[in-house]
Amino acid sequence: MQTASQLAREARAVRPVTEPPIVRAALTLLAIAFLAFFLMVPLAAVFAQALEKGIGAYLAAIREPDAWAAMRLTLLTAAIAVPVNVVFGLVAAWTIAKFEFRGKNLLATLIDLPFAVSPVIAGVVFVLLFGRRGFLGPWLMAHDVKIIFAVPGVVLATLFVTFPFVARELIPLMQASGTDDEEAARSLGASGWQIFSRVTLPAAKWGLLYGVILCNARAMGEFGAVSVVSGHIRGLTNTLPLHVEILYNEYNFQAAFAVASLLSFLAFGTLIAKGWIEWRSRTPESARHEMR
Amino acid sequence: MGISVKNVTKAFGSFVALRDVSLDVPEGELVALLGPSGSGKTSLLRIIAGLDPADAGQILFGGEDATRRDVRARRVGFVFQHYALFRHMTVFENVAFGLRVRARSARVAEEEIRRRVNDLLRLVQLDWLGDRFPSQLSGGQRQRVALARALAVEPKVLLLDEPFGSLDAKVRQELRRWLRRLHDEIHMTGVFVTHDQEEALEVADRVVVMNHGRIEQVGTPEQVFEHPETPFVMNFLGNVNIFHGRVESGKAHLGPISVDYPEHPDAESRPAAGYTRPHEVDLARDESAGGGLWATVRGLNAAGAIVKLELESPQGVIQVEMARDRYEGLQPQLGEQLYVRPQKVRVFVSD
Repeated sequence: MQTASQLAREARAVRPVTEPPIVRAALTLLAIAFLAFFLMVPLAAVFAQALEKGIGAYLAAIREPDAWAAMRLTLLTAAIAVPVNVVFGLVAAWTIAKFEFRGKNLLATLIDLPFAVSPVIAGVVFVLLFGRRGFLGPWLMAHDVKIIFAVPGVVLATLFVTFPFVARELIPLMQASGTDDEEAARSLGASGWQIFSRVTLPAAKWGLLYGVILCNARAMGEFGAVSVVSGHIRGLTNTLPLHVEILYNEYNFQAAFAVASLLSFLAFGTLIAKGWIEWRSRTPESARHEMR
Repeated sequence: MGISVKNVTKAFGSFVALRDVSLDVPEGELVALLGPSGSGKTSLLRIIAGLDPADAGQILFGGEDATRRDVRARRVGFVFQHYALFRHMTVFENVAFGLRVRARSARVAEEEIRRRVNDLLRLVQLDWLGDRFPSQLSGGQRQRVALARALAVEPKVLLLDEPFGSLDAKVRQELRRWLRRLHDEIHMTGVFVTHDQEEALEVADRVVVMNHGRIEQVGTPEQVFEHPETPFVMNFLGNVNIFHGRVESGKAHLGPISVDYPEHPDAESRPAAGYTRPHEVDLARDESAGGGLWATVRGLNAAGAIVKLELESPQGVIQVEMARDRYEGLQPQLGEQLYVRPQKVRVFVSD
């Protein structure tokens, strides 16, 4: 026969460790409300404004030559920034994770610098360096090289603000995997390049892709640093975010939002790719193997 | 291929891992580097492999100087403690790796690779797991894949770092018997690192006992177990009872126990200690045999083929192990006074 206290103890043991349903519902609702208010509503507003004057006006705003030029420049910038950062990120992460050397911590800290510095300051630094009255300005003028208020400036500024993304993703990943795999490959006769391409890189594959996606998103969306160095020359040095700003300042709201919707599409693409990569990298190789 | 280590020294910052270590590993033997953590055994193995450079000294492979030879050119098979299998490759591809990364001129045809990898997987009894990924294998299976991968490049020497360190006791037992059989089959010169004395004594042809970056003793398992040259070896290779005392004029006086010690014939007295293993102690109800001491039974563990007793004496706790039939003949009881007589005492004079 069971005593009352025994029964009570059992009841307590069976009850799952969790909050009452009402608390759970309230917390979930709060999170959803927050997301809706700060993410969904603005996003809906972008599309509502963009389509305010009908689909024809929307398409016209997108097809406008300056918008096209901005689109091209944005894609060009990303097309340069992303590969350069992949190379830099791999080299930096490889060096920091696999070797011991003096000044390693300093290097790791320097990589974070663009995260710590306001992008506007980064832009100003470039103006001070390459601008007409800047440090290297006279020399550049003499050789007829234009960086500030030209495409190279936009690319440089973007490179600066995006360079931690790939390295930061890879460093912890490579550090965690240690050097055993590389040593094993070396003892099996692999050359440095073979070790990198067959062992290190595949092991860091998903982290690298993730870094690329984040880097790409930032490269396309960067405003502050690019704004300082670009000079806002329509059709020449405007990226999509800068073009949106110009249209907006001209009270051309519909066109501004139409172009902004393009950026939103880029963001969607990025999020989908990010989700896919997270799913792939979380599911172990073996499980996927079985699914096939 | 035999290996010679000549006067190797290695330091990591201020920590000296190896002090002037010399060692010969004869062709075809399986040698264990045995010692506690920090004794330098893994450092020595990595230097032999060429994964780390020695600060001073030489490594000879088959009589040839290999000190400056890169690990790629040393033709060693190295098995890592945590296997270091390539997670993104199947078992088959892991084993094939060493064949695939060869220089174009030395590369073998795909068919040949298939044949060799399958042979090796059969050798380690895993030919049915070729298309699995390492994450799908048990620890023991991973270890065997790592071994097959190391053997694929046809090494002259096999080096294993704590090969069974991260496995549970049962798998470990099986694997070490299997490794011994494998070695008897392929007869490759092998060196493995372990901190488990039982493992070293069971698997190796020769045991190298290390401590504080130095070699304490090299010998067959029987030699190091039965004839330890230093108190450290005696202590590390099994449980011991220690009796402290002095030596003088060819005699060792260790409390109530006295034994001959011809190594110290001088009249001058020196502090010394006598070591005896728990199974080398005799128990009796009377002191007719002499040369022992009385002690009280405080602990008794009769579960197993060997019965373990713990006795309390004025000299401290004495551990005794006896065979089951001897135990049943004597029937010692808890709290009972018994006469303890060490049958074999190894005396070491303190420095």
